[in-house]
Amino acid sequence: MLDWNPLIITLETAVTATTITFFIGIFLAYGVMRMHKGQGLMDAIITLPLILPPTVVGFFLLLLFGKRSFIGQALLQWDIHLVFTWPAAVIAAIVVSLPLMYRTTRGAFEQLDPNIIYAARTLGVSEWRIFWHILLPNTRQGILAGLVLSFARTIGEFGATIMFAGNIPGHTQTMSTAIYAAVQANDYALAEKWAAGIILFSLLFILSLNHWLNRQTRKAF
Amino acid sequence: MELIVSLEKKLPAFTLKADFTLKDEVFALLGASGCGKSMTLKCIAGIERPDKGHIVLDGKVLFDSEQQINLPPQKRQIGYLFQHYALFPNMTIAENIRFVMPPNTAHNDKTIQKLLNTFQLTDLADTYPAALSGGQQQRAALARILATPAKILLLDEPFSALDSYLKGQMETELMDILPAYGRTAILVSHDRGEVYRLADKAAVINQGKMETPQNTKDLFHNPQTLAATLLTGCKNISRAQRIDDRHIYALDWDLPLKTVAEPSSQIKYTAIRAHFLTAQEKTAGENVFPMEVVRVIEDTFSYIVMVRPQGKAVKPLRWELDKQQWQQLKKTTLYLYLPPEQIMMMNS
Repeated sequence: MLDWNPLIITLETAVTATTITFFIGIFLAYGVMRMHKGQGLMDAIITLPLILPPTVVGFFLLLLFGKRSFIGQALLQWDIHLVFTWPAAVIAAIVVSLPLMYRTTRGAFEQLDPNIIYAARTLGVSEWRIFWHILLPNTRQGILAGLVLSFARTIGEFGATIMFAGNIPGHTQTMSTAIYAAVQANDYALAEKWAAGIILFSLLFILSLNHWLNRQTRKAF
Repeated sequence: MELIVSLEKKLPAFTLKADFTLKDEVFALLGASGCGKSMTLKCIAGIERPDKGHIVLDGKVLFDSEQQINLPPQKRQIGYLFQHYALFPNMTIAENIRFVMPPNTAHNDKTIQKLLNTFQLTDLADTYPAALSGGQQQRAALARILATPAKILLLDEPFSALDSYLKGQMETELMDILPAYGRTAILVSHDRGEVYRLADKAAVINQGKMETPQNTKDLFHNPQTLAATLLTGCKNISRAQRIDDRHIYALDWDLPLKTVAEPSSQIKYTAIRAHFLTAQEKTAGENVFPMEVVRVIEDTFSYIVMVRPQGKAVKPLRWELDKQQWQQLKKTTLYLYLPPEQIMMMNS
């Protein structure tokens, strides 16, 4: 009997992380776009996890939230242990997928004719209404693309997760770390099952996504 | 409505300087592309921030660098018509108008119907901007501005994105709605015809430097600077020197010219519009010169004849005349008269 836990944990982690990434990514894209100073530096910091090897990202998270750091100490005061827990897997997934959401969304924001935003301002429309009723609806395609990329990235996440959240069956073991563990334990049959599973899942994901995006594109305007 | 503008802004290529006041009139900024005229409008609307100066609309300070006042565009009550109209692509025409109005359903419905009717957009109320022609988009953008309490209209190259046959029509429509603003508007354009037809007052802007505003007709008939002469469409320009109190010497054409007004000792250029040259039978009096035809170009409704003072290897003059007139003349050498009252003189 196959243990379904890695699949369930993978999906739970991906859905939770992508949801959080979605909002933070849009917020950061909007914030950085409107910055007057330090835009380049802020952009570089958010994008950094995209370029760094995921193991390095995981290692930094381990240092940042570990017992020896200031943040880790503060969390201990509240009796919160993050390292090697499911929330750690979610945090790792957020950090690695955020650059994709942020970049794609910011690109979409910047593609929109700035005169449309200027026109709204001169017509007396508040910044809040511009954001919700003009900026977001007119960049929907790009934001959805960012969401898809982020979700895909969290499904395949391995390096940062194994460093920061470990590989604890039933708690933090995802499909990708399960394959790694199976190969390590010389259980090729299990690894093959998970590999086949992840291929099937990804294929179905991409197919249904294309179908959905095509419908969205046709609906737009 | 009265608008007082005095601003300075440093741009990568030059420093923009503009000073003008307008009151119940259409004021035009005439300049080549990239000269800073659109930037001037953006500063007035609050989209861009000038480095120095002040902008006051009807007694209300919109911007003042010394008092540290810089109202956001939302609070300026300035109607800005963008070059490509900037309609919200995700909303229908009716929604575009409703979106900029304060929420008040019953009253808004009536206003929207009225505006759609005025701009012949009733049938297009539920259409998205992408499906509209340029002229229809411009009407929708104007209707949208009229739905707001804007006090003044800023027109940024309003007709440049339209087909030529639509231009004339939209120009007339714009003339009809201008009274709604007490005729207070700023028109930015590189098209001298538009400026001449629509504006009461105009100023030439060149490399960010705005020249003194003038009555539009004066600016065209008697431009004071080289930039103004070029932008108002004068094709024949020559460097010039003063001879005496009624004569100048056009260096580029190697011709002495009689003038009506006394030339300044600082005179730098002289010019004459291409259609003011006239053909004469023979040399008779001053300002008539024998010319040889260099080239003949047929235009839609006229002929452009390039001529050069006979036997002189100098810059040719451009002469424009009716088709019929040229058909009758068709000579290789002729005598051309440069009327002294049409000779323009520029000191800078």
